[in-house]
Amino acid sequence: MTTNTVQAKPRSRLSAVNLGLGKNPLSRIGFWLLILLIIIYLLFPFYWAFRTSITPDNALYSVPVQYFPAHPTLKNYGDVFGNSNFLRALLNSAIVGVSVTVLSLVVGASAAYALARFNFRGRSFMTYLILSMTIFPQIAVLGALYQLIKNFGLYDSLVALVITYMLFTLPFTVWVLTSFFRQLPKELEEAAYVDGANPFQTFYKIMLPLAAPGMVTTGLLALIAAWNEFLYALSFEFSPDHFTVPLSINNFTSTVASSFAIPWGDIMAATVVVTVPLVVLVLVFQRRIISGLTAGAVKG
Amino acid sequence: MGTIAEAEKPVAVVAQPSRTALQNKQTQLAWLLMSPTIAVIIFVAAYPLGRTFYDSFTDASFGAAATHFIGWTNYYNLIHDTPFWNSVKETFKFTILTVVLEFVLGMIIALVVNSNFRGRGAMRAAMLVPWAIITVVNAQMWKLMYNDTYGVFNDFLQKIHVVSSPVAFTVSHPLASVVAIDVWKTTPFVALLLLAGLQVIPSDVYEAANVDGASKWQQYWRITLPLLVPAILVTLIFRTMDALRVFDVFYVLFGSRPDTETMAIYDYQNIVPFGLVGYGAAISVAIFIILGIVITIYIRSFRVEQS
Repeated sequence: MTTNTVQAKPRSRLSAVNLGLGKNPLSRIGFWLLILLIIIYLLFPFYWAFRTSITPDNALYSVPVQYFPAHPTLKNYGDVFGNSNFLRALLNSAIVGVSVTVLSLVVGASAAYALARFNFRGRSFMTYLILSMTIFPQIAVLGALYQLIKNFGLYDSLVALVITYMLFTLPFTVWVLTSFFRQLPKELEEAAYVDGANPFQTFYKIMLPLAAPGMVTTGLLALIAAWNEFLYALSFEFSPDHFTVPLSINNFTSTVASSFAIPWGDIMAATVVVTVPLVVLVLVFQRRIISGLTAGAVKG
Repeated sequence: MGTIAEAEKPVAVVAQPSRTALQNKQTQLAWLLMSPTIAVIIFVAAYPLGRTFYDSFTDASFGAAATHFIGWTNYYNLIHDTPFWNSVKETFKFTILTVVLEFVLGMIIALVVNSNFRGRGAMRAAMLVPWAIITVVNAQMWKLMYNDTYGVFNDFLQKIHVVSSPVAFTVSHPLASVVAIDVWKTTPFVALLLLAGLQVIPSDVYEAANVDGASKWQQYWRITLPLLVPAILVTLIFRTMDALRVFDVFYVLFGSRPDTETMAIYDYQNIVPFGLVGYGAAISVAIFIILGIVITIYIRSFRVEQS
């Protein structure tokens, strides 16, 4: 019952349940209406963020609500790109995200290879351990990590996030990469051994390059997880210089909330700025991401 | 669900002259390859977890000079801590509502997308958009739409005469507001997981059912659903674990409003702003135990389902 066969041949094994292909025109219209409804549901909140980001402030807080601004403006984007705290947060998030991702891949790939290809005592224990770690609750170790970070003098530093984010990116990386390594043909390794390569060379020179697509998928998922993280950033970072994107966007409200109105135009412009690159990335790699997600979750 | 079973299967890489020597070498290399991962796990998970258990029996706090061993006091206090139990209740309400709604809606979307129609690929891509949005950002987007004076929901509902006067959604219906946000973000993800399960059901099963004259409805209940059980259970376990740990959405929407605290927010409040590490550790252990109980129930039902 492994679902990874999906990725191998998705087209040929499509199930025959076809809601949309009934002959009755009425049911076909109903089907397309359902699809339209789902798409509006999925995309409307994002459209709303976009429309708010291009709406001038005076039109934003007035009634009736304008579904598309009468006088669109880019002023909010100007504000956001002139906001040094927000730019700093973008940079911080990029630094943390890339570091965590690279570290997880470097550390995780070799462990995944060992779990996928070697036969040794304790392997199933390690497999179970990694699997259970993928649902490890971050909150359960918040206090202990907080102390650890303070003791190491890492409080209010980006290093604190890079280290603690490994708690959720590493087990996930190992788990998904293990399934990728398992799908690679064994003949390649055998050929390498016959040619006299030792197991380490086989891993490093043959198998690792072949697993590159899997590494891209896993890396993307780790990057998105790190980009999203809020609890640890909120707990371990104190000065606005060290805020990540989620912290900074949460803070847009809290700092100005005491004044007349929440700066929704700015917040939504910032929202669009941090979301668009991610959406583009996700759309470009959508097949890979879906296969990685399903390998990570459904294959359990 | 074969992964664990697959893992148990020996993977003989290649037969070489001395089997035991190779076996030893492989074992050594395997542990060597895993050692960095093990080191990280010890540092960020195993040691902190042990420390949490230890701290839960102390009065450790930031600001206090000395830490004392106080036995079961923290746990005794926790049992009588009404705000904590309210947070447990709130978290479970949220979990049950979101998991059920996400499952039902996710199943509908998965069945729709599993049909063959033009634009199916685009639809699958659109499904990834909510999932990719940062939870904090997502909460902010909805907060604006919920606003009682200039929010779009109030405007729309008044236009179609569902409500006559503005509703302050996050004030009067806090749980429903937060559930709607989570459902929007996560339903597409659930749908994608179920879709992956749907696509491995071989089509000849349905062809046979068609020949036998089974209706679409019967096919769904008798074929699709039973074959989907493993995918469903794994999806439910992942979603439930995620929902029970919920923090971001509640925190952004309500801060630490007492009636909307989840277990994670209550724990965070004690550890970080109040600096009560010892008491916070006891809450952490309680959360850990609660999650353990829930997952055990799931796995039990999974086994029953399998046999």
